[in-house]
Formats: sequence, C-alpha cells, structure tokens
Amino acid sequence: MISQSDNVLKLNSINRRMFILAAAKVIILGGIVSRLFFLQVKENKKYLTLSDKNRIREWKLPPVRGNFEDYFGNNIAGNFEAYQLHLIPEEVENFRYTINRIKNILQLSEKQFQKILKKKKEIKSWETLIVASNLTWENFSKINNNLYDLNGVKPVISISRNYPYKEYYTHVLGYVSQANEQDILLNENIKEKFVQGLKVGKTGLEKTFENDLIGSNSIERYEVNAYGRRISQLAFQKGDQGKTIKLTIDTEVQKLANELLTDKAGSICVMDIFTGHVIAMHSSPSFDPNQFVFGISQDNWQLIRNNPMKPLVNKSLSGNYSPGSTIKPIVALSALENKIINTKFKVHCKGHKNPLELYGQTYHCWKKEGHGFMDLREAMKQSCDSYFYEVARRLGVDKLSETAKKFGLGENVFGNLFNNEKNGLVPSTQWKKNALGRNWLLGETIITGIGQGYIQTTPIQLCLMTAQIANGGHKIYPKLIIDNNNDKEDKFMPLVNHTNNIKIVQDAMFSSTNEIRGTSYRSRIDDKKYQFAGKTGTAQVKRITEKDRELDLETSEIPYEERDHALYVAFGPYKNPRYAVSILVEHGGSGSSVAAPLAKKLFKKIIDRHEIRKNFETKKYLNI
Amino acid sequence: MYLHNRLNNQNKFFQKIKDLDFILLFSILLLGIISLGTMYSTDGGQILFHTKSHLSKFLIFTLLMLIVSFFNIKFWFSLSYIFYFIVILMLIWTINFGITASGSKRWLDLYFINIQPSELMKIFIILCLAKYFHRKRLENVNSFYSVIISSIIIFLPMSLVIIQPDLGTSILISISGIIVLWFAGFNHKYFFYSFLFSVLSLPFIISFLKPYQKLRVLTFLNPDRDPLGAGYQIIQSKIAVGSGGLFGKGFLQGTQSYLEFLPEKHTDFIFTLFSEEFGFVGSVFLLLLYAVIIYRVIKIGTISRSYFARLFCYSFGASLFVYIVINMSMVLGLLPIVGSPLPIMSYGGSSMLATMIGFGIVMSAKIHSTQSIA
Repeated sequence: MISQSDNVLKLNSINRRMFILAAAKVIILGGIVSRLFFLQVKENKKYLTLSDKNRIREWKLPPVRGNFEDYFGNNIAGNFEAYQLHLIPEEVENFRYTINRIKNILQLSEKQFQKILKKKKEIKSWETLIVASNLTWENFSKINNNLYDLNGVKPVISISRNYPYKEYYTHVLGYVSQANEQDILLNENIKEKFVQGLKVGKTGLEKTFENDLIGSNSIERYEVNAYGRRISQLAFQKGDQGKTIKLTIDTEVQKLANELLTDKAGSICVMDIFTGHVIAMHSSPSFDPNQFVFGISQDNWQLIRNNPMKPLVNKSLSGNYSPGSTIKPIVALSALENKIINTKFKVHCKGHKNPLELYGQTYHCWKKEGHGFMDLREAMKQSCDSYFYEVARRLGVDKLSETAKKFGLGENVFGNLFNNEKNGLVPSTQWKKNALGRNWLLGETIITGIGQGYIQTTPIQLCLMTAQIANGGHKIYPKLIIDNNNDKEDKFMPLVNHTNNIKIVQDAMFSSTNEIRGTSYRSRIDDKKYQFAGKTGTAQVKRITEKDRELDLETSEIPYEERDHALYVAFGPYKNPRYAVSILVEHGGSGSSVAAPLAKKLFKKIIDRHEIRKNFETKKYLNI
Repeated sequence: MYLHNRLNNQNKFFQKIKDLDFILLFSILLLGIISLGTMYSTDGGQILFHTKSHLSKFLIFTLLMLIVSFFNIKFWFSLSYIFYFIVILMLIWTINFGITASGSKRWLDLYFINIQPSELMKIFIILCLAKYFHRKRLENVNSFYSVIISSIIIFLPMSLVIIQPDLGTSILISISGIIVLWFAGFNHKYFFYSFLFSVLSLPFIISFLKPYQKLRVLTFLNPDRDPLGAGYQIIQSKIAVGSGGLFGKGFLQGTQSYLEFLPEKHTDFIFTLFSEEFGFVGSVFLLLLYAVIIYRVIKIGTISRSYFARLFCYSFGASLFVYIVINMSMVLGLLPIVGSPLPIMSYGGSSMLATMIGFGIVMSAKIHSTQSIA
C-alpha cells in the first residue's frame, strides 16, 4: 500500500522534526531549571522569610505593670491575678450558642450581655474578646467545669492592677483603666505595647510615669497553619515588669490624713522641711481607684461625678484657694525683710465698729471688739487683720509678692510631675496691668495682706511655704518620688537676708498655737516632743456684706457653698523643726475650730513616725 | 494474525520479558517510589488515604502497563480508532451523566471506578492520529482532505472537553494532537498561520472566557492583585518552592504544605511540595528523571521499524514533555493556572492510567520493534 521509498521519506521527515523538537525541549528544560535556580537559590532568602511569615505568628501578652511603693517599701499599687474569660470569635464554631451558654453560666444581665455583643462587633474576628475581665473564683470554676461545652473559650488568669489601700492614694497615684484610642494616639509606647485589655494610667503618677511603669510585652510565638490555628509554640519570650516607683509618702500618715478628712472636703499635705519629702498628700473626698481598672459602672461614675464635694478634683494640687490668714507669716516676714516694720511696731485695732477706712472702702478686723494695740507677735498670735492691713499698706504688693514667690507661692510645686497641678496666683501691679489691663488699687494691697483678693494658693504651696519658714528660710525642692536625681544646686539657698527675721516669724507662729489667746491655742500639744507652731486661716468664699456682719451666723447656719474655707499651716516639733503641714477644709468654717484640731492629731503621728523613718534610712545605708 | 499457538506463546513470553526496556521500566518505578514518598508527605507523614490509594493505583497500572506491552504493537494499531471512538462516547456520556464536582462534569461513574475520560483522550488521540498518518503518503499529508480529517479528530474531543468545562485538559489534548500533526509532516506554514491566528484572536477569545478563567489570566499577570483570593495559590506555591533553597527543608519538613498553605498539594501542586522538601537539587534530579524517561521513549521510537510506532513514541514523548513543562511552569509562576497534573507524580487515577497505557504501548513498540505494520 505504501511504497518503500515513501516510507523512507516519511521516516526522514519525522526524524528531522524530532531533532528540531528535541532541541526546543532542551532549551525549555533549561528555562525551567533556571527558573528553579532563580526561585530556590537566588531568591531563597526572600521566600524563606515569606514562608516564616506565613507560619509564625506572634501573640503579645499584656505587660506587667510596675509597682508603686511607699517610703518603707510597702506596696501601694501592685498587681493581682484576675480571673478572666477570653474568646477569639474566629475560633468559636457557633458564637451565638457559646455566648448564650456563658450568659447562662455567669448569669449575666441583659445589659452586660448587650455590651459584650457590642464589643464583639468592634473588634476583628481574630482579636481577643474579653467576655469577663474579673470573675469571682466561683464563676471561674463554673466556667472551667463547663469548658467541654464551650469550644474556643479560654479561661485566663491575667495580671491586673490592684490598689490595696483603695482610696488612700487615689489623688497621688491616679488610676489605670482600659487604654482608649486617645491614649494610643498620644503615647508611642502604649501604641507599641497595645493589646486587648491593656490598662494604662489615666491620671496622677500612673499617667506621668506611664513609660516607666508599662513594662514590656511577653511574646508567644506560635507556628500556625493556613487557617490561623495554632499548631505548636515555638518560643516564649518573657517580658519585663515595669519599673517600681518609690514614693516618699508614709502610708501610716497618709492613712491618718484620710481618716481626719473623712466626710470633709479638703486637703492635708505633710512635708519634710529639709529633704522636701512629701510625707502625706491627700485630697478628700477620695474614691476607690480599683473601680476603674475594669471599667467603672455608669451608676458609680455618676455618683463620683455628681458629688458636690468634687472627689475628682485633687484639691492639694489643683485647688486654688485664698490663703486667708495663713499668708500672714509671709506678710510679716516680707515687712521685716524690707525693714518696713520692726518687732516694736504697733497698730491700734478698734474692731468692727471702727473699721479702717481708706479711700471710701472699709476694712474690718474679724474681731468685733477689736484687739487693741498690737505688735507683730500679738497680731500674729491673734491673727489681727487690722495690723496686717496696715503692714500691707506700708509694704506694698510688689515687695510682698517678691517674698511670696521666693517661698514658693505662685508657681507649681512639682513641675511636670502632675498635669493637673495649678500655679496659684501671686498678684503684683505688673501682673494686674498685663492680665487685666487695669491699674493696681491700694485697697487690693490691703486685702492681699490678709490673704484675700487676687492671691490664690494651693495647699501644697502653703505646705512648702511653711516648710521653708520652718527650716530657717532655705530653699527646698519638694519630692514625691525617690530617685537618684541629684538635688538641685540651689537647694538650701537662703531665702532671707536676716535669719533673725525668720526666727521672729517662727516665734510669732509659736505664740499663735501655744500661748493663751492664740488662734489655735486649743489645738496645742504641750509635750515638747510634739509641740508645734502654726497659723490658722479662714478664707472667705464670698464678700461679707453689712447684713452678714449683723447676722453673725454660725457656720452651720450658712449654706454649704458659702461657708468659709478653714486653713491651717504648721511646723513641728518647735524645738527642732522637721515637718511642715498644711490643712485645708473646704467650706469648713474657721481655721481655728476646724483645721487646727486636725493638726494636733497629725503631729502626734508624724513625729512618732519620724523615729521609724530615721531608723529605716540609717538601716538602709548600713545595708549597703 | 496475532493469534499464535500456545507453545509458541510460551517461548515468546520470556523473550518479551527480556526485550523490555529496563531503563525505562526502572525509571518509571523510581518515579513511582518518589511519588509515593511525596504523597506520604502530603498526608502529613502518615499512611493515609492518598498514599494508600496512590500505591494501589500505581501497582495496578504498572501491571497494566506490562500487560499492554506484551500485546503486539499491531494489535494496538488495529484497535486505535476503536479506542478513540470509545473514549469519544465516554466523553459524550460524561457530558450527560457525569459526576458534577466543583462546577464541571469531568467524571464518569463506572461503578467500580470513577474515571476522567478527558485524561484518557490525551493518549488515544495520539494513537488515533498516529494510525491515521501511518497510512498516509507524505505528499498526501498536507492535502486538504487529511487536514480536515485530522482537524476533526482533534476538535471533536477538544470541544467535548471544553463543554465540561475543562479548559486545561482540552488544551493539553489539542497540544498532543498538534504534536502528532507536526511529526507527521504538516507544513510549517499551517503552524505558523494558526499560531498567528490564535495570537490575533486572543483578545476575542478572552472575551469568551468564563469569569474565573479571566481571573486566572489576570492573576497570572499580577498575582499580588488579590493575594488571599485568586493569587493565593500561585503566591503560596512560589513561597514554598523558593523557601526550599538549594537542598530543601527535608523530607516531611515542608512547612508550607504541612501547615496547609499549599492548595491542591496532592494533584497539580505536588511538585511544589517536592521542591520545598528537596530543594533545587531534588527538583533538578526529578527533572532529570523525567528527561531520562522521555529520552528512552524517543529512543524506542527511533529503533521502531514501523512508522506508527515511531510516530506514537515521538508524539507521546513530546506530549509528556509538554505536560511536565506546563505543570512546572504553572507552579513556578511562569504560566497561568490551568488544571494539568504532573504525570505519575500527581494523585489521580485517570491521568496515571493514561500515562501508563502510553508507556505500555511504548514498551510494546520496544518489544515488537522489528514488527512492521502494513
């Protein structure tokens, strides 16, 4: 059928074409091999990284927050193990069923339940949903017993903030709570360490030292499969706990300050007059910061927010108050320094009926009957306003403000430590011109002499002022944190030209507390060990009208908001001063009847504690 | 003619065993062992369904290959058209009564085995065309009549497979057919013009593609378009191959497959897994093994006396090469993703059956190399 020659032709043709194709095959094979070479040898690193990226996933765990300790090393803000319930929506097969099971087991209210569902919507499906952040042991074990039925639910023991002293330290430490968007935006460190459920400082030192306290995340590295399921743990990198921050505060004194101001609005500050250590600083009323750790309930929040005594305000630092008569030691000192007066200088106080009249304004002394002829010591002792009107008039506001500023008024005490600390205000003629655009009136100088008018101070400033008077007029820098920072060079720099002037003022303050007719005589301690010297103050909240003067109401008869603030500044022990105290009771009435008695109890405690504090310090050095 | 008496048969049987191409046989067996090992790895280092099934198929089909090889090449020559029509009927049957899986009807339920006729067609189209051209004079090869007939032989199964729809297999079938045409001596200008024609009509063809096919082409051009969707397969495959490095991650150590990042690791992407675990060296070795097999197939073609056997061997060798190249290019990101298994390595009975029948016929050609076909 097919001739032999044709067959040969056909075979030739096919063989020729076979060789062409074979050559093509070799080239293509070379191409495949070079592609393999490119991927596997040349680009190997890149793909290896990609492969690791595929299979290795890291989980950040919340860092363990650093502690706060008081001076004696007691933990005042630590961590405790909170029983939590976590859930990753992605890993739960039937979310509806599971969440309803949990609802039944924990007996969640409808409101709480809706909150969880809302939270679930806000997060990504692979992020951790914290169903319950602080379970009781009972509920936690119930969940554990029912785990077989709760696929994908993880009971977790998580480390969480705890304030063992509850409301005692709230205004110093502040509190922590769930980090919100703003916290993350404003702080790079939080952004970097953020995980679901991270707590960050919202106020106080917790906020200030956020970067030191936050610590570093523990990292769990898992091998995961394509569906994100964890196959095996590859590494666990333990994070570091945040730094421990040591305060100068003595918990015992702080506790007493809390107790003394129970049911009162006010502040107590105690300061070491040499080291500047703040021994206690309390603002009342306070609140339990533990409530905020897992989010405060709306009801409790409203309770705190709407309290007329304003628990949210740190009165020690952000309360601007007229110092009232507590400014008198500074007025006297300034006058002495400027040689306006000497100890012999006398003013005749005639009382209400014959007020001092200047330029059509009248200036009353608090005492109806008047004090009679007053010298410096007597005027300070009895807190005679007439005397200080006259002294202030002669002194002038600018010289007064210069001295007041030297002693720490008009400027915040802790620098950047607290973002809510106020500067107070020490007025001067220049200040008024700049701030209000009007000229200074002499009458304003006169009321500044008794701590009324424009002048405003915070309790901690008054405490610092008193401390610097007590230590003989030397500059100190108040400290709240024990750190290794060196003292500033101008520490103990003399603030007065003549030490004797300080002695005169100290003596006058002594008489005010320890001699008959002294305004705080009833609060004195005769025991030399505890004896202290102080100055009362009663700051008016509103101008006293003629009508008020005639009515002469008792404190309890005046509406709360219009009652005077009671103040007291003191230092002790008198023979060898070591501590300064400032006490403020908002709308408490007069300084002598409300504020000064607190000082009596306070000084007993402070001076008893001093021995222990001293021993603790020497022991500390011995250990080294 | 092929019915011999019993005694004669007995003697011939041992002679035939002696005449087997042992290089090819051992290469195929080695490839089978490698594929079993790889399958074992896809099962996560356990002997599970895929490994067992692959092993039994490999054993059965190797036996089948030997049986096929003992039949005279003339026997296969005479049955070529019949086989072709049987498979065409099976394809028609599939379109009407096939098993639907993931949107296409590719499988035929034969009660004891599910078979993919389109895979078988890859072999039988070569067989059919080889027989057709065996009888043609060289000067008649390019005649209008033979061009039309051979085109019909190719277009018929191709369109039946496209209907399923299975674009990848239908392209492979047509490539197998075209290879035979080329070896048979079709004028170069036909290839040139049809190539030109297809390039020019490419945009037109693309508009006829199904959306998922368009997506595959677009994904091939830029896999990062949709890394978690359409581009996922190719990106993960490249990562697996690339991370293998020079010597690979080691047997059973391929993280990409072990952690299930690799799609279709049993079938089309089996080379990826192999390459991840055995690296560049292993991959080149596998390529060389394939090269040896193809070389032997072609070698057998050259020693065959009959034009039919020679045409079949050359075409089958070239087709094998094309399957391998298309599969590898696909997993290495050189071609868009089309469903094309890697011969013997990939899991899948029909593909292995077709390949083994092919090898069987090649072996038969070797054993009966002196046989001339009238």
